[in-house]
Amino acid sequence: MRNSGFRYSGFRYSGFRYSGFKVIKEALTGHKGWKPVWRTPEPKKEYDIIIIGGGGHGLATAHYLASRYNITNVAVLEKGWIGGGNVGRNTTIIRSNYLHPENQPFYELSMKLWEGLEQDLNYNAMVSQRGILNLYHSDGQRDAYVRRGNSMLMSGADAQLLDQEGVRELYPFLDFDNARFPIKGGLLQKRGGTVRHDAVAWGYARGADSRGVDIIQNCEVTGFLIKDGKCTGVKTNKGNIGAKKVASCVAGSSSRVMSQAGMNLPIESHVLQAFVSEGLKPIIDGVITFGAGHFYISQSDKGGLVFGGDIDGYNTYAQRGNLPVVEDVCESGMAIMPSIGRAKLLRNWGGVMDMSMDGSPFIDRTHIKGLYFNGGWCYGGFKATPASGLCYAHLLATDTPHEVARGYRLDRFKTGNIVDENGRGAQPNTH
Amino acid sequence: MIINHPLLGPRDSSEFVYLGDACLINRPAWVGERTEGEDVNDAKTAEALQQYHDYVHLRQNNAGEHKELWYHEQGDRSWLVVTRNTITHEIYNVELAKDVALANKTARATQGGKK
Repeated sequence: MRNSGFRYSGFRYSGFRYSGFKVIKEALTGHKGWKPVWRTPEPKKEYDIIIIGGGGHGLATAHYLASRYNITNVAVLEKGWIGGGNVGRNTTIIRSNYLHPENQPFYELSMKLWEGLEQDLNYNAMVSQRGILNLYHSDGQRDAYVRRGNSMLMSGADAQLLDQEGVRELYPFLDFDNARFPIKGGLLQKRGGTVRHDAVAWGYARGADSRGVDIIQNCEVTGFLIKDGKCTGVKTNKGNIGAKKVASCVAGSSSRVMSQAGMNLPIESHVLQAFVSEGLKPIIDGVITFGAGHFYISQSDKGGLVFGGDIDGYNTYAQRGNLPVVEDVCESGMAIMPSIGRAKLLRNWGGVMDMSMDGSPFIDRTHIKGLYFNGGWCYGGFKATPASGLCYAHLLATDTPHEVARGYRLDRFKTGNIVDENGRGAQPNTH
Repeated sequence: MIINHPLLGPRDSSEFVYLGDACLINRPAWVGERTEGEDVNDAKTAEALQQYHDYVHLRQNNAGEHKELWYHEQGDRSWLVVTRNTITHEIYNVELAKDVALANKTARATQGGKK
């Protein structure tokens, strides 16, 4: 369907591809008229840039390379299908409520990009700034949140400290008088919220494809072509593909991919579980996080309560976890919101995370010329998608780190410039 | 997951605390002690720093068989080396970390002797 004229002119004028009329027409004719919104090309012999991994970050990188840096001779190689990994497995939360100067400006840039995402992509990603509330339960925690809130304000983000009454006004059903962890207040970021995660992958894919980027699915990278310390391409199940620059963007499987280049990374792979309840009437209109344990909850537009907690805590590549964490998550939920107890769990699933040694990500060159690395997103990758894509595109296009991603170096443990939000040291399962 | 403790039999993994890759047993020697006036920016120090950096921060992070340290905190407080598959969660072997450490030491001594 997609001829080249449509491809290059189509993006800007594609606003009428979807309409109420079209939806009704398709509904009456068996939905047979919908067309794919990106091509299925065969790989060329060589590209300027190959991005390994067709997840949110990889597709965002391709989109920004094409749209902001005018580099369109780009391929995104995806082992399975695009959006089939963590971009479709997270709990869809966006926020920019970090503390450290290496992190907060980066996540605030991401928030700004979220705010303009749908206009940029001309695609409905259901960006919903419904607010995220971090509860605190003690004086010490309040003080820490004051500090965090100030750090957020300094980066240009919004932050608001609520006392108990302020929280009660928003969510009267919380267990304020819990004997062990009474709710004393919360840190509210109103611009935080949720985004329809699949639409993010699809929107970026369409944005990249319409500018000429080749998205090649079912194409697994099985090795790197490295000669004299320079990476000149990749080996794949569809043959060798040459490239001036190769950019790994496969968080969750970073160690597996980069070991093919002989690299050991400051990363362990861990599984994070997520849960969704049966559909309920609207009860939670924002995102709430528990301050005394690890638990966060929001309600999807379909009515399901979407929630999660801690990682399982041991190295794993299995996209499923074990029951002790399920129990822990449900206990935490009951501790702040006893009314959740009668909701039935509909599904739970797991996604594999790159847990880094200081809990912060990497966007950097490697010691091999022409080989770049983006990973280590721990369980904060989704909210970072736009900024990660933009900063990675900046690095790939200019060979200099983006202003807000200067801290995300691979050698920061050697140079002592770690970015440890929680101050827990080189113990990935505690971040 | 059920961890088959060599002394206590099958125990639930929730009784344990996970540390990480069993390579953490083999801490490299630190060449911090120097005589006065000796240059600390020499190649020997640089190599020791590099080894220590790698030991603390870098991991193989295998997909498949993985040897790892678990601590039986809710039990007899022994350190175990568990050989587990990180794709299927199947546990192949459980040993006391002490035995593994001593075996490593013997292996290193034998290797050193051969040189």
